[in-house]
Amino acid sequence: MTAELGHFTLILAFIIALAQSIVPLIGAHKGWSDWMRIAGPAAQVQFVLVGISFAMLTVAFVTSDFSLWLVANNSHSTKPMLYKITGVWGNHEGSMLLWVSILALFGAMVAVWGGNLPPSLKARVLSVQAMIGAAFYAFILFTSNPFMRLARPPMDGEGLNPLLQDPGLAFHPPFLYLGYVGLSMAFSFAVAALIEGRVDAAWARWVRPWTLAAWLFLTIGIGLGSWWAYYELGWGGWWFWDPVENASFMPWLVAAALLHSAIVVEKRDALKSWTILLAILAFSFSLIGTFIVRSGVITSVHAFANDPERGVFILIILAVAIGGALTLYTLRAPMLKTTAVFGMVSRESALVMNNLLLTVSAAVVFVGTIWPLVAEMTTGAKISVGAPFFNLAFTPFVIALAVILPIGAMLPWKRGNLTRAAQPLWGAVALSVTLGAVVWAVQTGGRVMAPIGVALATWVVAGALADFGQRVKLFRAPAAESARRARNLPGGDWGKMIAHVGFGLTIFGIATITAWELEDIRTMQVGDSVTLRQYDIRFDGVDQVRGPNYVAQQGTFTLITDGREIATLHPEKRIYPVEAMPTTEAAINQSLTRDVYVVLGDQQDDGGWAVRSYIKPFANWIWIGTIIMGLGGVVSLTDRRFRVAAPGHKPLNAVPAE
Amino acid sequence: MIRLMLIALAFATAAFAVEPDEMLEDPILEARAREISQELRCLVCQNENIDDSNAELARDLRLLVRERLTEGDSDEQVVAYVVHRYGEYVLLRPTLSAKNLILWLTGPFLLILGGILAVLFVRGRAGATPDGLSADEEARLKQLLDE
Repeated sequence: MTAELGHFTLILAFIIALAQSIVPLIGAHKGWSDWMRIAGPAAQVQFVLVGISFAMLTVAFVTSDFSLWLVANNSHSTKPMLYKITGVWGNHEGSMLLWVSILALFGAMVAVWGGNLPPSLKARVLSVQAMIGAAFYAFILFTSNPFMRLARPPMDGEGLNPLLQDPGLAFHPPFLYLGYVGLSMAFSFAVAALIEGRVDAAWARWVRPWTLAAWLFLTIGIGLGSWWAYYELGWGGWWFWDPVENASFMPWLVAAALLHSAIVVEKRDALKSWTILLAILAFSFSLIGTFIVRSGVITSVHAFANDPERGVFILIILAVAIGGALTLYTLRAPMLKTTAVFGMVSRESALVMNNLLLTVSAAVVFVGTIWPLVAEMTTGAKISVGAPFFNLAFTPFVIALAVILPIGAMLPWKRGNLTRAAQPLWGAVALSVTLGAVVWAVQTGGRVMAPIGVALATWVVAGALADFGQRVKLFRAPAAESARRARNLPGGDWGKMIAHVGFGLTIFGIATITAWELEDIRTMQVGDSVTLRQYDIRFDGVDQVRGPNYVAQQGTFTLITDGREIATLHPEKRIYPVEAMPTTEAAINQSLTRDVYVVLGDQQDDGGWAVRSYIKPFANWIWIGTIIMGLGGVVSLTDRRFRVAAPGHKPLNAVPAE
Repeated sequence: MIRLMLIALAFATAAFAVEPDEMLEDPILEARAREISQELRCLVCQNENIDDSNAELARDLRLLVRERLTEGDSDEQVVAYVVHRYGEYVLLRPTLSAKNLILWLTGPFLLILGGILAVLFVRGRAGATPDGLSADEEARLKQLLDE
């Protein structure tokens, strides 16, 4: 019964979404306030209905209801409870249901908290939101129904891909979806504003928190995925420029650009048309990302739905949403005139630079991702575009961005003076050049990457701190005065400092691990040791162990430094009998300065074991930086101005109390 | 019993990317082999280079690369040899040739174009005067000044 209930509420949600996309839009056009007001309750009811549907699917997974095709194919009775739950979205149908549930959640949030929005804007936003929803409900119901029953249920399920049975990956999709779908809010606001023909500071103030939230979820989602790849996929790679990774990275880049341009709209009433375009592009990339992952057009490890019929359906959604929005944009954008005046050297210009670099880098990733497809369709040539291309073509943009960031962040609005703005940054310059030079001098035969990366990272971090110090008059006013200023500093400024520091730390982690990683591959007999820098790794043997739904060969290694045993490492080679699939579980001894990373390979003919060991310097800083970036987003979200109604925006068409 | 056999089978086929036995004695040559391997695609894998791949074919390619290197080929010659045998599909970094021009030039082209547009936009902003006063405001200003 539960599955039928879920199916039924999903159909109801679809119907409500259809009504919600049409009625409020007509209402807003005609100025009929009662038609407009339908949007709010409709969005909430829609959320409740799709929430029930999602809950019912979860129940089916938790209770291992193998009469459902989806559960039978993606779950197993012996799977740990955590992975029964996360298995709900570990497959195509369930993940689409999660996608649309989050979409409805965001719609409901606008309905509940959008009290200070002009009613016509609110009605239009919710209507656009419902159009996207309706398209995806139709997609699920007509091509990917998760509630399909089996006439003859099997005794047990097929199991879930063991690679997905991991906490890092289990929680990675929901975060990514919160990000992708969060960008739909920016999209809906952009389209609604185009229909209204008005973009002002209040609009930007409304769009920014949604974009910020979406961006921070994407940041966390991408970070989780990369961390998972680091410890799960084998050799400690953390970014592969896989099409699916790119699918999440492109919206992240555009969302980052949008975050910055929305500030200009809010503070200076400039870049309006560009910001609208970015909002459309950001969500377009989310949709394209969904398309890339779901259609199997660009195959990769993650593409679990290689079904062209679904691909065509999503392609139509894509064409209508992106094409429609862009057409509307070309018709309406010329109305959005910038009146603000600012000089060549100003915060505004710096943010234009930021936007240029971020969007062009996103374009590079986009072209690299789809080029094999385009080349094959146009010339028939089979071409690969992989990490070596992206490293070469993408990295210069990050370097340029890091170079201009601290200066741009300190420039005043309207008109600035470069020498004066750079004044507090000389310390940061000196520090970063010194550290870069030290690294250059100390390292032997390392790559040029390390000194440049360390210098850039120092520059960004020290620059962000210098900016902050400037704001609170650190060392120039009494400590109590600085503390008071720090307390009174808006959340947005705190968030800016924290996020920029995080960005710098991530650069540091990436540069150092890339330049200084040490690797050793060899056959080891029990009792052998391998020496990497100051560490000895002793091989103590291999045992057979049993997990809840796997068996494993588990190695035991002792990590020794200065004659002291500091850790015991247990890398595993697992086999999941249900899925008949092997996985490698690396053993990692983590610290802030290095990870010692050991992987157990096959037993060799002479009885020894193939063993890979690594020293990965400062690896964790990649993710610490990511978390700090996300934290910056959270702090920025607490900014008071997002909760206060925009000035001079009294509700229009207010209905008198009856 | 069947299950145990399956397990044994799976363990047997779970290869290990670069195996100790395929590595070259000469560390410099081996380092070159690793560098080259990271630029070559494992043909049967999804977006994986032969250095990271567990596939049997990737192993064959790794051995081939090392064989060519020991015979004295330069890095370019090794890559050219592999491309000659398997086609350009093996290159993870496509060649900078006419047919891949769009791929390589998108970044620089957009950067220059966007840069020019941005400069024009900002210059327009810098040259613009703020919204002039309306006729009413002019009158009011005149009145205030006269007082």
